[in-house]
Amino acid sequence: MAEYSVSTGSTLHRFADLKTLLAAASPPRSGDELAGIAAGSAEERVAARMVLADLPLTTFLEDLVIPYEDDEITRLIVDDRDGDAFAPVAAMTVGEFREWLLDNATTGEMIASVSRGLMPEMAAAVAKLMRNQDLVLAARKVRVVTAFRNTLGLPGRFSTRLQPNHPRDDTMGIAASTVDGILMGAGDAVIGINPVSENVGTTGDLLRLLDDIREGLAIPTQTCVLAHATTTLDLVRRGAPVDLCFQSIAGTEGANRGFGINLALLREAQDATMSLKRGTVGQDCMYFETGQGSCLSADAHHGVDQQTLEARAYGVARHFKPLLVNSVVGFIGPEYLYDGKQITRAALEDHFCGKLLGLPMGLDICYTNHAEADGDDMDAALTMTALAGVNFIMGVPGADDVMLGYQSTSFHDALYVREALGLAPAPEFEEWLTEQGLWRDGKSVEPEGLALPDRMLALANGHG
Amino acid sequence: MPTGAALAFQLDHARARDAVNAVFEPDGLAEAIGREVIVVRSQAADREEYLRRPNLGRRLHPDDGAMLPTDGCDLAIVIADGLSAAAVHGHAASLALAIIGRLEGWRIGPVIATQQARVAIGDPVGEIMKAELVCVLIGERPGLSSPDSLGAYLTWQPRTGRKDSERNCVSNIRPPHGLSYDDAADTIVRLLKAARARQITGVALKDGEDLIGGGEQ
Repeated sequence: MAEYSVSTGSTLHRFADLKTLLAAASPPRSGDELAGIAAGSAEERVAARMVLADLPLTTFLEDLVIPYEDDEITRLIVDDRDGDAFAPVAAMTVGEFREWLLDNATTGEMIASVSRGLMPEMAAAVAKLMRNQDLVLAARKVRVVTAFRNTLGLPGRFSTRLQPNHPRDDTMGIAASTVDGILMGAGDAVIGINPVSENVGTTGDLLRLLDDIREGLAIPTQTCVLAHATTTLDLVRRGAPVDLCFQSIAGTEGANRGFGINLALLREAQDATMSLKRGTVGQDCMYFETGQGSCLSADAHHGVDQQTLEARAYGVARHFKPLLVNSVVGFIGPEYLYDGKQITRAALEDHFCGKLLGLPMGLDICYTNHAEADGDDMDAALTMTALAGVNFIMGVPGADDVMLGYQSTSFHDALYVREALGLAPAPEFEEWLTEQGLWRDGKSVEPEGLALPDRMLALANGHG
Repeated sequence: MPTGAALAFQLDHARARDAVNAVFEPDGLAEAIGREVIVVRSQAADREEYLRRPNLGRRLHPDDGAMLPTDGCDLAIVIADGLSAAAVHGHAASLALAIIGRLEGWRIGPVIATQQARVAIGDPVGEIMKAELVCVLIGERPGLSSPDSLGAYLTWQPRTGRKDSERNCVSNIRPPHGLSYDDAADTIVRLLKAARARQITGVALKDGEDLIGGGEQ
């Protein structure tokens, strides 16, 4: 077992094991403080980073933060790893790995080729040595492209999930938000509803509503009702129009048990959804959501810091080659991410680690009203993550999700990013928007007349 | 985004933030309810600690347990600031009156007002008071356009360590936009009576019994 200590001149800093070191090296956040594993002082935090910087990456293969025999996520991470892909970085320390990632000579293709050789804990570790600008620059190199009815993640593209949630699952309320979003160019990543009810009848009705609108207007996108994987399995068996299988996942077996899932269930749900073959330009059919703090919240964190555990959730996600993954950054509350600074940092870390591990990473950049954050903080996080090349964000009417009771990003926010950074929707979706007169010369345009919204609402009307 | 809409959003968020940060002032509760009110603290010293350390808001301050009566009661009513003092200031006294008025013959102790408190503070309070049931009226996390929503949580035989699945909840009490005091009190009292009859609260009380009817979403 390696020795984790360093002298900062006046003080000798010792760390008992790798997970203790990783927690101490993490930028400050309330969740690690709540768990009692954060660095005791600012100096101790930097000392931990110094130890981490000199640590060979191979240390992570030996000192597992959660034992192999205790946790199926550890087993997946270890068994899934491609030792050959690791070779180009195998001799590096964590600090050297950071410099390699940022080196102008290191391309996105080179990073992608070592991705399958990395453990999520290595990604988390190097992120702890990086400033926000490092997380932007390194992530920006890596494009992760996926496809179902359109192609997501291409350079120069920026997509949104249209999130038309309604507090009573009301058909016309959902349809109104969907129309609003489509008219503003949202929904190329997915049109996805968080249902109030997990009832298989209600979720099936919502799926048919979205499918009829999409099919009726031949919109090149995918739809999803974000129910539990077992509900989706049930919906597939009943012949509902299931494009994607959604599931919240976390980085430990215990936290996933709290979500009512395990790896076997995810495989079963993926096989069932894949069997429908509803994609046209690709068959990536899994949609995962994650978020720092979920393991602590489920009392299943094993003394590991929340950013490392989040990266382990990406170890789960990448096994299933998903279409979409997004971290829901600020939803969990100020006891995990206290303020706008912590939320922004977590967003950049999650996006970087996801991309480094080969995931089509999106973000729900968001906050609750008891966090020290506001729209200005979201603007900073949104701008930086867009610059970092985030695949997609959420599009919520007016940024106010009236069902889940939090503030995310709005249709307008997405248009701001597309305008400010010159980014376009997914190519198939852009073409459709252009045909509908909603996109011209690289910009969103207002619809002429009410023909399109009227057709969409007419398609929804039969579902009331 | 039009200027008017942008400012309307800021106004809603400002009200939600003010509600989270407002200080619960229990003065005047005793007159409003017409009963003795005892004010106790949680272990969270201030708002920041309350937000960062949820556990502390669930525990009673060690100096304050002695202020509570120990002669037993059928129901203890606890008013807690939670995440919205605005909800408590606006609705707690009226709702408490509506509940008490519907419980003729019940032994109801003095009303306990708690600061920097979460739902589970009702457990140690009710345990010390030897209450058969505790009803915690608490400010809910403000939504963007609902800064003053009150929730009511009912727990049979409260004691430290009760799980959330052992409670029943009636939420979104905020007339005129949400549930009215009368509708909320009807539902709460229906639940309290059923809880007493079956000696249980929580998931098991909702299952198999159509207690909630149309009163709660």
